[in-house]
Amino acid sequence: MSISEGTLITPADFTGAGSAGDVSERGKFGVFGGRFVPEALIPALDEVAAEYEKARTDMAFIREFDHLLRTYAGRPTTITEVPRFAEHAGGARILLKREDLTHTGAHKINNVLGQALLTKRLGKSRVIAETGAGQHGVATATAAALMGLECVIYMGAVDCERQALNVARMKLLGARVVPVTNGSQTLKDAINEAFRDWVTNVDSTHYLFGTVAGPYPFPGIVRDFARIIGVEARRQVLELTGKLPDAVCAAVGGGSNAIGIMHAFIEDEGVRLHGYEAGGRGLETGEHALTLTAGSIGVLHGSRTYVLQDDEGQTIESHSISAGLDYPGVGPEHAWLKDSGRATYHGITDAEAMDAFALLARTEGIIPAIESSHALAGALKLGRDLGPDATILVNLSGRGDKDMGTAMKYFNL
Amino acid sequence: MTTLATVFEKARAENRAALVGYLPAGFPTIDGAIAAATAMVEAGCDVIEIGLPYSDPLMDGPTIQDAVHRALENGTRIADVMRTVEGVAKSGAATLVMTYWNPIDRYGADRFARDLADAGGVGTITPDLTPEEAGPWREASASAGIDTVFLVAPSSTEERIGIVADCCTGFVYAASLMGVTGARESVGSAAEGLVKRTRPHTALPVCVGLGVGTGGQAAEVAAYADGVIVGSAFIRRLLDAPNEQEGLRAVRELAAELAEGVRR
Repeated sequence: MSISEGTLITPADFTGAGSAGDVSERGKFGVFGGRFVPEALIPALDEVAAEYEKARTDMAFIREFDHLLRTYAGRPTTITEVPRFAEHAGGARILLKREDLTHTGAHKINNVLGQALLTKRLGKSRVIAETGAGQHGVATATAAALMGLECVIYMGAVDCERQALNVARMKLLGARVVPVTNGSQTLKDAINEAFRDWVTNVDSTHYLFGTVAGPYPFPGIVRDFARIIGVEARRQVLELTGKLPDAVCAAVGGGSNAIGIMHAFIEDEGVRLHGYEAGGRGLETGEHALTLTAGSIGVLHGSRTYVLQDDEGQTIESHSISAGLDYPGVGPEHAWLKDSGRATYHGITDAEAMDAFALLARTEGIIPAIESSHALAGALKLGRDLGPDATILVNLSGRGDKDMGTAMKYFNL
Repeated sequence: MTTLATVFEKARAENRAALVGYLPAGFPTIDGAIAAATAMVEAGCDVIEIGLPYSDPLMDGPTIQDAVHRALENGTRIADVMRTVEGVAKSGAATLVMTYWNPIDRYGADRFARDLADAGGVGTITPDLTPEEAGPWREASASAGIDTVFLVAPSSTEERIGIVADCCTGFVYAASLMGVTGARESVGSAAEGLVKRTRPHTALPVCVGLGVGTGGQAAEVAAYADGVIVGSAFIRRLLDAPNEQEGLRAVRELAAELAEGVRR
């Protein structure tokens, strides 16, 4: 059956089998996840969880989401085989899942459309969101414009500067962008500020959380809305190659694109799952975002997970050339996948990511997001390890247009 | 030693509400915080909450964020928080630590509870520790003999109020409004209703915090609550003072005004 027939998604596609963190577990992924938030937010979180539980089995909701994914976001996205790029990976077969081809240019659109629909079901008229690279902010502003919701985006002042183009896009889309000037002025501080807004305006407002982190029910909801990436890719790889891939690669910041592509493969024991975190200037420099590879278990932004923290639990500022991966926490489901051994996580330095960024552009005519370039760099290494018979699926989570300022500086273009 | 139980017993005997003051450790300096909190006690605070400075204070408004940021810049560590508690407890006030959960989690719940009790602390307020996650902390606190205070909010359902109140010892903290910490023009109108809704669930005293900053507001809250909690207004006095002496004078003056308020 062609995947363009029928609906893209079914109720089963929302969570699949064997998923943790559903309602019965109250958002626990083993010891990870849970809720560490002011009591004032508990009723709102409960309300979101209850409404989502109804929505995800409501065919009317699913059809509406499906319709938006198809006619607005541009799904299904294709997969592209990249043989010239793969020559640099020891000849392994590399397939890219083209989330860069969605409307707004990144996978974030999947989650925001789902949550914007949920916002309307909740009877709320205003959405707020945090953003790092600006991609989630742009996606949220887009969905808010589409559905006539008031939209306020919190963005670290440092990020506003390095992603000025996305700030302009959000404003054009009718959102108010609030630069956050406290703390490290990056994504984590934007999240703090968004929580402060939410606790103050919770009656009118939905916090349209952008990644699979945060308190229950966000990690599960965001995963379910991103899960379509892997559901499609699994079918497409089977159709193209007649078998499942040997490995799935994705970049991990908060972890939504990674969980999005990995989740449909969790039950496929033969498929290795690899996440690539931002190694920044290298582990030894301390300037990185290696939350899973070098962090420790703690609580950040409402969830128990791996955190970059000092010996007294103070959050350590992360670093990455890619604003979207520059985050000292990570989604609790990734923490669980790591500890259970189902997925493996590695670091990719700024330099390795930028090399892969340029290589994909030169060999295949595709300019990837720097975030996604971490997964590409990982696939190059993995291909050399697995050999020429391997098939590797990479989530190309976004396009690189937003990163041209960084690229111009880095490559002296 | 002064405990929360003795404080509220004494206040009840005097037919007034207790006055609870908040200040982060390490602000304006480590010794400066001990001096300021001691001045607050001398001028009428019955209970002092010492804030444990944390990098991501998502329940706090700009004033406390600013103070906490300075405390962290000063290099304030948990040992300094314990030293501050020890110093303040000597003044005769029941001294609590108010902290986000992660620093305790990282330090170790049992070790933190023991060290706090050894420093003369009588308990903690943990604004982001939900009852569902509070089991280990309640056990650690019980074996160290310190109280555990949790928050209810205007948005809390009857069921949640019951669950939270069951986890509390010492008192129940009622957040007066939906929002972050910080002094405001008026105390939330929801506060009185919340205190009323909390009463049937607990025999413990119920204290009201968030947005209280003047003697008039303290009097208003004292009419229906067992304790009045003031934080940002004290910090504001210290932030605005040209020097440490003036700062001490200003917090002393505010504490006296509030102490008068809870006695009206």
